[in-house]
Amino acid sequence: MDEAPSPETAEMPPLLNRPGFARLLPVLGLGRLVFRGVPAAEARLGAALGLALPAINRMVHRGERGEPGARALMRFGPDELLLLLPRGELESAIAAISQACAAEPHILVDVSDRHLGFVLEGPAVAAILHSGCPLDLDPRAFPVGMATRSLFHKAEILLWRIAPMLFRIETGRSFAPYLVAQIGAGARDLG
Amino acid sequence: MLLIRCPFCRMERPELEFRHAGAAHRLRPADPAAVSDRDWGEFLHDRDNIRGITAERWHHVHGCGRFFNALRDTVSDVFLATYEPGAPRPDVPGAGQ
Ligand SMILES: [Zn+2]
Repeated sequence: MDEAPSPETAEMPPLLNRPGFARLLPVLGLGRLVFRGVPAAEARLGAALGLALPAINRMVHRGERGEPGARALMRFGPDELLLLLPRGELESAIAAISQACAAEPHILVDVSDRHLGFVLEGPAVAAILHSGCPLDLDPRAFPVGMATRSLFHKAEILLWRIAPMLFRIETGRSFAPYLVAQIGAGARDLG
Repeated sequence: MLLIRCPFCRMERPELEFRHAGAAHRLRPADPAAVSDRDWGEFLHDRDNIRGITAERWHHVHGCGRFFNALRDTVSDVFLATYEPGAPRPDVPGAGQ
C-alpha cells in the first residue's frame, strides 16, 4: 500500500525532510465528503463507490492517492463516514452518490476546505507522533488501515496509517500551522 | 495515562480524548411545563456527589463523537464499566448497588 507523492505534493517543498528519519509533506488536491445515513443508505454508498464499508476506526481504499478514480473511505464514528477522492472528481461523485442514495435518509456534505492534510513518513514517524498524540501507535494497537480522530497536543486530528512507517494526518485548516510547528518540535526533540 | 473503554469504538482510548458530561440516568421530564419548580430545580441541579461508585455520562469528543455512560469509583478513579446510553446500569461486582 505504498503511497507515491501525487503530482501536487511533488511540487511542494517538504515541511520536514531528514532522510532516514522522517518527512512531512502537505497533501493538496483532495476532495473530502462527509456521509451520514441509515444502514440502507450506507449500503448504497458502498455499492456506488465499489468499496466495502469500513468498520469503526478503519479505512478502506481503492487506487493510489492522486490517481483518477482513487477513493478512500473511513469511519470515524458509528455512522460517520469520510470519503477522500481527487478534487476534480468531487462534482461527479456528489451527483453519483446523491442519485444512488436518493431513496434513503442521508446527508452528504462537501468539507474539502475544512481540513489540511499531511503525509508523515519515515522510521521516526511513530516516535514523532507520540510526542503529541496520546494513542498507542504500536502496530499491534494501531495497525495499518486504522483511521481515527484523536489529538496532537491541543489540536484535534484525523490520523490514519497507510503503511507501518507512513501516516496521514489532517487537522482543521486554522490548526495546520500549529500542527506543523508541533510536529517539527517533536522531531527536533528526538535529536 | 488513564484509559477509558469507549463502547462505540470498542477499544480503550486515552482519557485526553474524553470529556465528562454529568450524571447518568437522569430522565428529563416529558413535559417540563407540568413539573413543579421544586422538581424542575431538583432535575437541573440536585446531584448525589457520591463517594464511591457513581454513574456518569462521558463524551468521546476527540474520538467517535458519541456520548455513553460509565460506572466510575470517585475514590480510586477506576472505571468499572462503560455502556451505551439507554442500557440499564450494569451490575458490577463490588459496586454496592
Ligand atoms: Zn468512541
